[in-house]
Amino acid sequence: MLAEVLRRLLATIPVMGVVAIAVFALLHVTPGDPAVIIAGDYATTDDIARIRTRLGLDQPFHAQVALWLGRVVRGDLGTSIFSGLPVSTLIGQRAATTIWLTLFAMLISVGIGVPIGVMAAWRKRSWLDRAVMVFAVSGFSMPTFWLGFILVYIFAITAGWLPVQGYTPLASGVGSFLSHLILPALTLSVVYMALIARMTRASMLGVLDEDYIRTAFAKGLAPRVVLVRHALKNASLPVVTTIGIGFALLIGGAVVTESVFALPGLGRLTVDAIVRRDYPVIQGVLLVVSGAYVLINLVVDVLYVVLDPRIRY
Amino acid sequence: MGGPEVSTSVPREVAWRRLLRRQPTFVIGLAVLVVILASGVLAPAWWTGDPQQMRPAQRLQPPSAVRWFGSDHFGRDVYTRTLYGARVSLVVGASVALLSLALGTTLGLVIGFYRRLDAVMMRVMDGLMAIPAILLALALMAMMRGSVRNVIVALLIPEIPRVIRVVRASVLSLREHTMVEAARALGVGTPRILVRYILPALVAPLIVQATYVGASAILFEAYLSFLGAGTPPHIPSWGNIMAEGKTYVQLAFWIILFPGLFLALTVLAINLVGDGLRDLLNVRG
Repeated sequence: MLAEVLRRLLATIPVMGVVAIAVFALLHVTPGDPAVIIAGDYATTDDIARIRTRLGLDQPFHAQVALWLGRVVRGDLGTSIFSGLPVSTLIGQRAATTIWLTLFAMLISVGIGVPIGVMAAWRKRSWLDRAVMVFAVSGFSMPTFWLGFILVYIFAITAGWLPVQGYTPLASGVGSFLSHLILPALTLSVVYMALIARMTRASMLGVLDEDYIRTAFAKGLAPRVVLVRHALKNASLPVVTTIGIGFALLIGGAVVTESVFALPGLGRLTVDAIVRRDYPVIQGVLLVVSGAYVLINLVVDVLYVVLDPRIRY
Repeated sequence: MGGPEVSTSVPREVAWRRLLRRQPTFVIGLAVLVVILASGVLAPAWWTGDPQQMRPAQRLQPPSAVRWFGSDHFGRDVYTRTLYGARVSLVVGASVALLSLALGTTLGLVIGFYRRLDAVMMRVMDGLMAIPAILLALALMAMMRGSVRNVIVALLIPEIPRVIRVVRASVLSLREHTMVEAARALGVGTPRILVRYILPALVAPLIVQATYVGASAILFEAYLSFLGAGTPPHIPSWGNIMAEGKTYVQLAFWIILFPGLFLALTVLAINLVGDGLRDLLNVRG
């Protein structure tokens, strides 16, 4: 099993290589001089020249790629054009907020999505099943930021139970930390929850027809035991995959959610960097977030082997 | 049911009724989509005014008999702007769906059929798909001028690899099919095999895929515009209207409520049509 984990780990290297090159190539996606675009409309010739040397844009393309890859491998993501701080420092400052947000959203989505998916499959064609399916398709169609505003309007502006926006770190009190995080996490979780509920239901439906499930019910086991221990265990593989792949949705949604709730996370960092055309920051965030995505899916692949010993790579 | 099917040409009314019974959500989705399409294309005919007209005396008015969806901070009519906003969303959704399908299918067919190309290209696709779509589109928009055309380009780049994956997977299984083997034995060339034997089998899954791509493109256009990196601000797209309204969320919630409602309904309708088509065309997804 260790050999398999190692092999999977090695397989992520070419993927991350492609990510690194693609993220670099973004600079050259438009036909013009990237230094001119980054410098903006009001830049002087000096500004443009400065940016050109700073980003190494005065060198031939292959040399630029080699330089970039060499730096990335050493963990050097460059420095921000706007603030002059190392990109890795900026990401470090903002990462915690985004990690908390996505973690809470993931807990809410799995905690609600899996049980309602199981219930829908168990009571197939009932009103409960229909309600779950309606939720699944409409939750998946909901614009994340709009949902965020609706929740803010209901729970913060009208009811006044929760703060409208902002963030306080965990260090300054659990209550305040949670009250600022609950609406954003709920907003972010809906799309993901819809996806997980739908996948759980589909996967459970495939398993519930099996003979051993009928046997389990026939010998008088409680439905809860049959559903969770017998059925869900075997239906969990596609669900786990969805959790891994859907992480991209969560990260994408986090960018928008942070903007609605004014959370100082990676999403805000990116959006601010885009407005300022601070390209090293944009590249750094893309690289780190994609790396996290690849890593999470690696963990999912390893979980696969643990959950289903029949699977061998 | 009563008796065997006699007529081959079922009266249209009956066919519709049967469809409504078997796939009610598909019919509802289609109906909503047609209404939104009509409201966008024929926006001037739906009791709207000029979407840009400012009425400083009527700023931030709540919804009323005159201003159905209220007015924004410039006194512009939110109802009019919301209807015109459908145009941008539908153009972006349809363009991204069609173009990503055309490009993705061509590339997917070629990649799926040539083994040597496949190994390299799929690593490239894995890499591109590891970058969250919205972040990739945002980064692309940072390097391009804000225009509807550039939004379409920025959304195409993350979507195409996803279409390629679907096409490639089908090609890989179809390649081993007996009919392809027979065609090969008869000396039919690869391009002809791709077009005559493989492509027709891909039509159904691709139509379904197109609806999902279109739905996500419409959502992403709104995200990009909302974050200030999409359609230029002077164009009333749903994302832009809501981006302007976010400052007034406590005073004039209707500026965000209505365009978002239209956006959610549109995406929901397309997803319902997609799910319905998947069942009707018997596509496994």
